[in-house]
Amino acid sequence: MAEFAVILVYTTTDAIFAERVLRRADLAAKLIPTPRHLGSDCGSAVRIPASESERCEELLRTAGVSLSRIVPLNT
Amino acid sequence: MLYLDHASTSWPKPDCVHEAILRYLRDVGASPGRSAHRLSLEAERIRFDAREAVAELVGMKDPMRVVFTCNATTAINLVLRGLLTPGCHAITTGMEHNAVLRPLRTLEAKGIAVSIAGCRADGSMDAAAIEQHIRPETKLIVANHASNVCGTVLPVREIGELARRHGITFLVDAAQTVGAWPIDLHHDNIDLLAFTGHKALLGPTGTGGLAIDDDFAVTSLPALISGGTGSRSEEEIQPDMLPDKYEAGTPNIMGLAGLAASVRYLIEYGVDEIIEHERLLTRRLIDGLGDIAGVRVVGPGDAQRQTAVVSFTVDGLACSEIARALDENHEIMCRPGLHCAPRAHRTLGTYPDGTVRFAPGPFTQEEEIDLAIEAVSSIARRGIDG
Repeated sequence: MAEFAVILVYTTTDAIFAERVLRRADLAAKLIPTPRHLGSDCGSAVRIPASESERCEELLRTAGVSLSRIVPLNT
Repeated sequence: MLYLDHASTSWPKPDCVHEAILRYLRDVGASPGRSAHRLSLEAERIRFDAREAVAELVGMKDPMRVVFTCNATTAINLVLRGLLTPGCHAITTGMEHNAVLRPLRTLEAKGIAVSIAGCRADGSMDAAAIEQHIRPETKLIVANHASNVCGTVLPVREIGELARRHGITFLVDAAQTVGAWPIDLHHDNIDLLAFTGHKALLGPTGTGGLAIDDDFAVTSLPALISGGTGSRSEEEIQPDMLPDKYEAGTPNIMGLAGLAASVRYLIEYGVDEIIEHERLLTRRLIDGLGDIAGVRVVGPGDAQRQTAVVSFTVDGLACSEIARALDENHEIMCRPGLHCAPRAHRTLGTYPDGTVRFAPGPFTQEEEIDLAIEAVSSIARRGIDG
């Protein structure tokens, strides 16, 4: 299993919104440039521990953050 | 020196506003949304702080539905020019600022019908005055929340309820109220709320925006300005998602840094505290000015029904001369004339001569109000430079 996953969002504002929601829940969310092969909707994506993907998705949906998808980050 | 022009622009600003602007300029500096490096992201965080703070202040759950423009006028234009197409009808009130009336008059020339619902001589109105103008093709009701001339507060909740009942979009020009009067987008039945940052929000000039209710479909409202947003860069079509749809071009992050700080300050200080203090000042002004022979206070004359904006005339004296004497001889700054609101002055019976407007702010002291009253009393007794 990949160590990290990436939350792809539509805008940088969504990325900041996601970062804020996840950090408030003490999750290790980090903003990174969106890996080019994963998409171009937004220049920034949110990197999270892959093991927390489901929890992150639930938190973000509850908070109303629009996200495109969450994908494993294979390095 | 006494600054009584807060209805134009509030001043002084809380120290945290200066500090936030300086911090952005000194430590951040980058543009948000364009790059993913740390300074660009920090700029986006600053903008998001401002979004969250404004959303909280006006009772919104979703900060993404707060979009920033450079002032309330731009936000109003965004809505009027985007929503109204030839054949549509819009209703407004007899107390509007030119920020609403000029774009409406421009649109009128393009085939949009406009009705102006009359107000009473103190600027007040009932929602029923608007209802009688509703037609099948009425698409929008636009009303100010409070008058920039005399502070009269309009019944936005009732007007909004009326708009909801008839399926009409309701835009509120809240330039005079956000930060100085209770407002809740949802409870007040407001679809679209245009706000400015530099008045009661205590932020810098060049900031403002539009707060969009959850139920308003943004697909029906095209962008006023199209261009780069940092998102969907492969497309040449303006993205439809919020907030990017209405925020093309590099934003005024320096201003938004100040706004984020000022709105957070207001939330912590308490808007209710400010309202209570300003009511005290307003009452003092109304009573003190009203006691001077030859002075006529315009508007409701009731601190419960108006914001901290008090307009008056002095028999036989031009308002521009009164304002000059107040500035030159008493170091009191205020705004005379028509206040970019000729229609409101017609309603109040003060067109074309206008009024002198005193607009104290959250940091104005009662003793300062007494000084202003004494200065007007002196001018009324002895003449302009007596």
